[in-house]
Amino acid sequence: MAGKVKWVTDIEKSVLINNFEKREWIQVTENEDWNFYWMSIQTIRNVFSVDTGYRLSDEQMVNHFPNHYELTRKDLMIKNIKRYRKELEKENSPLAEKDENGKYVYLDFVPVTFMLPADYNLFVEEFRKNPSSTWIMKPCGKAQGKGIFLINKLSQIKKWSRDSRTSTFVAASSGKEAYVISLYIDNPLLIGGKKFDLRLYVLVTTYRPLKCYMYKLGFCRFCTVKYTPSTSELDNMFVHLTNVAIQKHGDDYNHVHGGKWTVSNLRLYLESTRGKDVTNRLFDQIHWIVVQSLKAVAPVMNNDKHCFECYGYDIIIDDKLKPWLIEVNASPSLTSSTANDRILKYNLINDTLNIVTPNGELPDCRWNRSPPRELLGNYQVLYDEEQALSESAERDLRSRAGQPLGSKSSKASAAPRPSAATWK
Amino acid sequence: MDELSVSIAHIVQRLRGSSLHSQIERHAKECLHQPDIKLDSLKEDVRTFLKTTGWERKLQNAVYRELHVLQPPHHLSAPPEHLKEPLAYMRTAQACWERRVFKSLNSMSSELEVPLARMRPAAEQKDLTDKWNEMGTDESDLSRFRPVYAPKDFLEVLIGLRNPNHNSSDGVSAKSHWGLIQVPLNVRDIKQLRQTYAELSLTCGQLGIDDNAHIHPDLFENEYVQMGNKVVLEQNSAASQQYIRQGCPTELRAELWALTLNATNQPQDVMYYEQLKAGVIQHDLLVDNLVYKDVKLTASNDDYYFVFEDFLYQVLLCFSRDTTVLEHFKYNSATPPKSYIEGKVGDEQCAVFYPPNGVIPFHGFSMYVAPLCYLYNEPSKLYSVFREMYVRYFFRLHSISSSPSGIVSLCLQFEWLLQTHLPQLFYHLRQIGAQPLRIAFKWMVRAFSGYLSTDQLLLLWDRILGYDSLEVVAVLAAAVFAFRAENLMEVTSLASAEAVLADLSTLKVMPLIQIFLFATAV
Repeated sequence: MAGKVKWVTDIEKSVLINNFEKREWIQVTENEDWNFYWMSIQTIRNVFSVDTGYRLSDEQMVNHFPNHYELTRKDLMIKNIKRYRKELEKENSPLAEKDENGKYVYLDFVPVTFMLPADYNLFVEEFRKNPSSTWIMKPCGKAQGKGIFLINKLSQIKKWSRDSRTSTFVAASSGKEAYVISLYIDNPLLIGGKKFDLRLYVLVTTYRPLKCYMYKLGFCRFCTVKYTPSTSELDNMFVHLTNVAIQKHGDDYNHVHGGKWTVSNLRLYLESTRGKDVTNRLFDQIHWIVVQSLKAVAPVMNNDKHCFECYGYDIIIDDKLKPWLIEVNASPSLTSSTANDRILKYNLINDTLNIVTPNGELPDCRWNRSPPRELLGNYQVLYDEEQALSESAERDLRSRAGQPLGSKSSKASAAPRPSAATWK
Repeated sequence: MDELSVSIAHIVQRLRGSSLHSQIERHAKECLHQPDIKLDSLKEDVRTFLKTTGWERKLQNAVYRELHVLQPPHHLSAPPEHLKEPLAYMRTAQACWERRVFKSLNSMSSELEVPLARMRPAAEQKDLTDKWNEMGTDESDLSRFRPVYAPKDFLEVLIGLRNPNHNSSDGVSAKSHWGLIQVPLNVRDIKQLRQTYAELSLTCGQLGIDDNAHIHPDLFENEYVQMGNKVVLEQNSAASQQYIRQGCPTELRAELWALTLNATNQPQDVMYYEQLKAGVIQHDLLVDNLVYKDVKLTASNDDYYFVFEDFLYQVLLCFSRDTTVLEHFKYNSATPPKSYIEGKVGDEQCAVFYPPNGVIPFHGFSMYVAPLCYLYNEPSKLYSVFREMYVRYFFRLHSISSSPSGIVSLCLQFEWLLQTHLPQLFYHLRQIGAQPLRIAFKWMVRAFSGYLSTDQLLLLWDRILGYDSLEVVAVLAAAVFAFRAENLMEVTSLASAEAVLADLSTLKVMPLIQIFLFATAV
């Protein structure tokens, strides 16, 4: 080994530190010469800011992209997805196909969402179309369920805007405390009568070309209180929010399992009760929406070669087994609520490091970003744009050389979804 | 009368007056209006009609079900208690154990001043009706309640069992039995087991082995799943039971288990379940608290099953009110406890079974239901499958009997397999005071529920249903010891042996069973 990796972190979590120590890396302070910095999103802002930012050398690596918020801030994610759809539409891409109700067939994977206060009038228009619906208000820049509430009457939002004008709304006018309002998924899939959401981990090593990996060991987070869609319960946040940070305050919080159920349990349950085909379709769709969300932000992402990022995807499944992307977190919690949780998160970091710093050696930002299969651990390749391009080029070549008539049909069958081979 | 006609008469008597009987009768009457039913060939035509409309198959399945719970033909002059348990000392031991359990239930009732049963006031009834789907959120104080007994209490009773006609010496020799169970029952050796479990052999395709991701599905899985779809289409219990010996494809398991057990979910079954539910709402039973307590102590803390807490209440509370469960005491060595209306103790006229189904739940009881929650998301369906599993198999895991599927035989089977095939290990563990059965007993009492990962547990239960026997549970227990033998040889105390075997959730059961049965040198 050429030299030992010098690491820094501003997140004092044992799952990180144990992983660094296992590799016999050397801890340094942020003011010293470092190679690997696992940092919070506050710190990344400084690292890349115009005033204080430093030039990273080839042997330095950080765990965020400079403008990750294009994906991880709720309002920006929505904006980017909306733009992505429009662009595909303009290109006449088959992906942008719409059904008879004007909904995207393949790209309708986020609940209808508006920015507030900017899109207030649009929201009111939408609300009036369906006045019995429930909407969920979320501050754009906060995580872990903070500042979230539900509304089902226009008067509530008027009251909120009046009240907040005196307090947080001041900040809102500067754009920092803006809210998004999304149609609330009021028909979630219930298991054992309980509502849950999915937390999946996705690693991106480069956006252009896009290379991303799905972690196999995601989990379902269950509400500890029974789900009743009646509006009288609207105030009981425990029913609606599945974030562990919120659920921990519930009386029924269980410290053995922490309300977490593995994705393999979910798969077994769904295959047993609904069948294998629909279950496979659900998981394919989940993979699909993750890839599409990343493609939506890829053009605007600062694809800095020193960066990688491990995202926490939050997905809700409705009772028709359609997955909905709720939000993406740049700093998924590394706090362990249970023993199994600790093992999972330790392994998550371990597998992540194995990919981004192969063999635990000094990082080299010019690395080829094509780790051999045996290094993936519990990750599986979700999408590799390079490989997909070369595969489709190959296909084109073959079909052109082979049967000129067949090329049409092979194109038709390849669209609208890329071949499943990229994530299987 | 010969044995066959005894069986036929018995089954006819059982099915007469059943709802299946009246349904078939009604359809037969209705079909008389059809033009293709001719008067001169009436009998044949009606028969053909019942066959083509599937009623004959339903009747076959019902007969098949009765054949399963029907005991092997016995001597006509044998008294009914011999059907429960032929060995007198077993009957005595079971009766003695029951008295103990019921006594402790009664003293719990008087100490805590909680009546065995009471009518709920109207307000409470309404409250429970509203909360039926979220009983888990009820924060009633259960700290005063203790499980009536735990598996280890029951094990002590089994260890104390002796056959008065048999002299078992205490010395350790190759011929003597080194284990804790000291009653002479016939258990099988590996050669006999191989014959019985032929479909598990190395040459047969097997779910749980040959569906591994590294094996191409065309080699076994695809064709096997196709065959499974045909079995489901045929709706034949016997074919289904044969099929699941090699394992159920996940997406067909719910259907195949229900078919094998003939556990139907027709409108009358749903209605029956609703009646039981009404019974729960009307009356509060002391045993309900034992159910709540047990779920809170086991499933609610379990990574796999906590999600289903409310389903477990919905099944177990209804189960305790289900008097049709009493029928299984004809062939169960246990006898349902009786309680007397206040002030009339001893007056048989005023006696009622308590709880109404005659089954007192113990610590871990809810784990018999928990894995089934992965298969059925409708409470009434879940209920009927569980009840059938209970009256066919699970009751044998906590009553003292000489049945080959009974817990005593399973313990002995386990100990003999270990003593015969891993004598060094057995001897070592015995010397350090870690009798293997002390570790394996809790697995076997629960048929491994709560110890294995759910997918593996379901593969094991496939074989219980397929072979209509719990024997495979003892085989797996021995196979687990064999698998961990190397580590176990190094331990020096019961606690460290327990630690080696504490986590079974990573085990793959079918390879273990297959290797133990078919690759062990005989």
